[in-house]
Amino acid sequence: MNDEPISLLNAGGSFTSSPELPFETDSTDVLALYNDMLMARTVDTEAIALQRQGELGLWPSMLGQEAAQIGAAHALLPRDIVFPTYREHGVAWCRGVDPVDLLGLFRGTTLGGWNPTENNFNLYTLVIGAQTLHAVGYAMGILRDGDVGTGDPDRDRAVLVFLGDGALSEGETNEAFVWAAAQHLPVVFFCQNNQWAISAPYSVQSRVSVAQRAQGYGFKGVRVDGNDVFACLAATREALAAARAGQGPTLIEALTYRRNPHTTSDDDGRYRTLAENDAWAALDPIDRLRTYLQSTGLLNDANVEDISRRGKALAEHLRSGCRALPVPGHASPFQNTYAELPDELERQMNEHLEFVEAAE
Amino acid sequence: MTTMTSRMPIAHALNLGLRHAMEADEKVMLIGEDIGQLGGVFRVTDGLQKTFGDHRVVDSPLGEAGIVGSAIGLAMAGYRPVCEIQFDGFVFPAMNQIITQLAKYRHRSEGAVTLPVVIRIPVGGGIGAIEHHSESPEAYFAHTAGLKVVSPSNPQDAYDMMKLAIRSNDPVIFLEPKRNYWLKGDVSTSTTTPSDLDRAVTVRKGTDLTLVTYGALVPVAMKAADVCQEEGRNIDVIDLRSLSPIDDKAVVASVQRTGRLVVAHEASRSVGLGAELAARVQDEAFYSLISPVIRVTGYDTPYPASRLEEEWLPGLDRILDGIDRSFTY
Ligand SMILES: Cc1ncc(C[n+]2csc(CCOP(=O)(O)OP(=O)(O)O)c2C)c(N)n1
Ligand SMILES: [Mg+2]
Repeated sequence: MNDEPISLLNAGGSFTSSPELPFETDSTDVLALYNDMLMARTVDTEAIALQRQGELGLWPSMLGQEAAQIGAAHALLPRDIVFPTYREHGVAWCRGVDPVDLLGLFRGTTLGGWNPTENNFNLYTLVIGAQTLHAVGYAMGILRDGDVGTGDPDRDRAVLVFLGDGALSEGETNEAFVWAAAQHLPVVFFCQNNQWAISAPYSVQSRVSVAQRAQGYGFKGVRVDGNDVFACLAATREALAAARAGQGPTLIEALTYRRNPHTTSDDDGRYRTLAENDAWAALDPIDRLRTYLQSTGLLNDANVEDISRRGKALAEHLRSGCRALPVPGHASPFQNTYAELPDELERQMNEHLEFVEAAE
Repeated sequence: MTTMTSRMPIAHALNLGLRHAMEADEKVMLIGEDIGQLGGVFRVTDGLQKTFGDHRVVDSPLGEAGIVGSAIGLAMAGYRPVCEIQFDGFVFPAMNQIITQLAKYRHRSEGAVTLPVVIRIPVGGGIGAIEHHSESPEAYFAHTAGLKVVSPSNPQDAYDMMKLAIRSNDPVIFLEPKRNYWLKGDVSTSTTTPSDLDRAVTVRKGTDLTLVTYGALVPVAMKAADVCQEEGRNIDVIDLRSLSPIDDKAVVASVQRTGRLVVAHEASRSVGLGAELAARVQDEAFYSLISPVIRVTGYDTPYPASRLEEEWLPGLDRILDGIDRSFTY
């Protein structure tokens, strides 16, 4: 099996079409891709800075994964639904989630942060693999709603679920693959193979590529250059179109690299070399798209200035927004634990409120 | 092995316990996520892969059912696996293996097969973590017949109990209070008098009230006893150490002297260790009780966002309040 990742926009920033993955550059707003990749990087950079200043407990950086996330997100329709891990800050951005709301979970002011029903973007999932089965169930629902394979471009929808390379080893992920295949579900599994699961290199998880694994379950696997936003967009578009049309699931492997430590708490110097990181920094997804935009004349002083202004505004929004995130009230842990507060819990809540009031 | 005494944090004492157990028995091996080169996210296994090699210190694929399930198979093949679960909130994918297989195999095989598996889990709150990183799952395990559940509160116990857990022929859930990993104390490696794995220990003698806790709350309970001392109240503090089986004799004997019992734990209140102790004490020491058994615990809610955890957790003030309630009943 040819396992070379499909590449459309190479490291030098030039576009070559591929018979394996049809894609026209004028089928999308390339400048919007570039803008969103830069905004995602801004969110990431600012969040890391906020963590260093003690404003966040922790931050899982997505540095280097901008092409994978923005490419995948641009293939979505508003009515498609996304199930993220904890690293999909770029996808969240594209779905319209206020990036300040992403910070709450890591600042410790919330266990969620946004209303998942508003942008069809679910809450982050920290328990590895758990979301893959939720995606499967949601896809079962869509199918039963009759919103798959109608041919009506305003009706058909699909599910896009993100997972990491490490997540492939969880039993639940494997059950999700089995269910999706057996029931021919409208779900796309988008795996960012950033080659590390904390300190475990991909070789700890598997002897074959991520994409190859799909075959054994009975659906299509596609391997793309994860630092190539065109390839990520094209592959996800094709897979989502197939899912919406009732042609079943796809597993996309976006081969990329986690350039920062696992989170701000991690010390990656204990398990990998700087040289490896440097090699991947040279393949930066934003740099190559910039080169492409420059060579095609799509970038000019005006839009460069425009994007830079937007980046600065976003950074400022994050800095002030983070500090202004409200600390939840004393009663909040008790609320929404159940639809209706049970008597015993109400007793405990009152006991707690009296206690904190007396202490204040 | 020569005896030595030195001061070290709990994380190092656990590491030393693992190291000595591995030196003493070549069948002891470790399995877990990121435990090799990284040394585990809390560095408890730091340096062990370097010493014992990657056949004995195994960086597992990312799957907890796999970690525990394969440990069961290894135990059947004569090994003594020590599993590391990275955080308390991530043990649940392994619950099927723990409850339906690990806990029951000795019983099913009528004693023919023993499964000396240790499952180490960092537990509890107090480190300002994000969700799933501050759980207190002890009651799930203590509720399961066939499992031993223990939790050390200080470096000496961490060292001794690690070695004893590995030597145990029953599966042991080994709960490590994560906020105290860097709490220091003297550790003697003397092998002659290790305290038993399932004995409670009176860590402070008192006559007026019995305060029972375990793990991370033991140092807090000691502080509470100090404060009470200033008010002329002598608190008997018991570190439970073993949550299953429970050394209720120690607790009952103390309550027979003091007449009052306060139980403190981070885990939520209902159907927890406090409830079990209250039941046993009313059973065995009904006529000694001067006031009802008081539970000072986490609430029956999900663990809160970290900005609220300090007030949610039973800390010094809430323990003192519980003690007051017992005295003023
Ligand atoms: C069930 C479970 N086990 C362990 C962990 C601890 N953990 C958090 S992230 C991680 C590695 C995940 O790697 P991968 O799936 O490749 O995603 P990435 O972090 O690279 O985006 C681990 C082991 C967890 N969150 N959930
Ligand atoms: Mg990864």
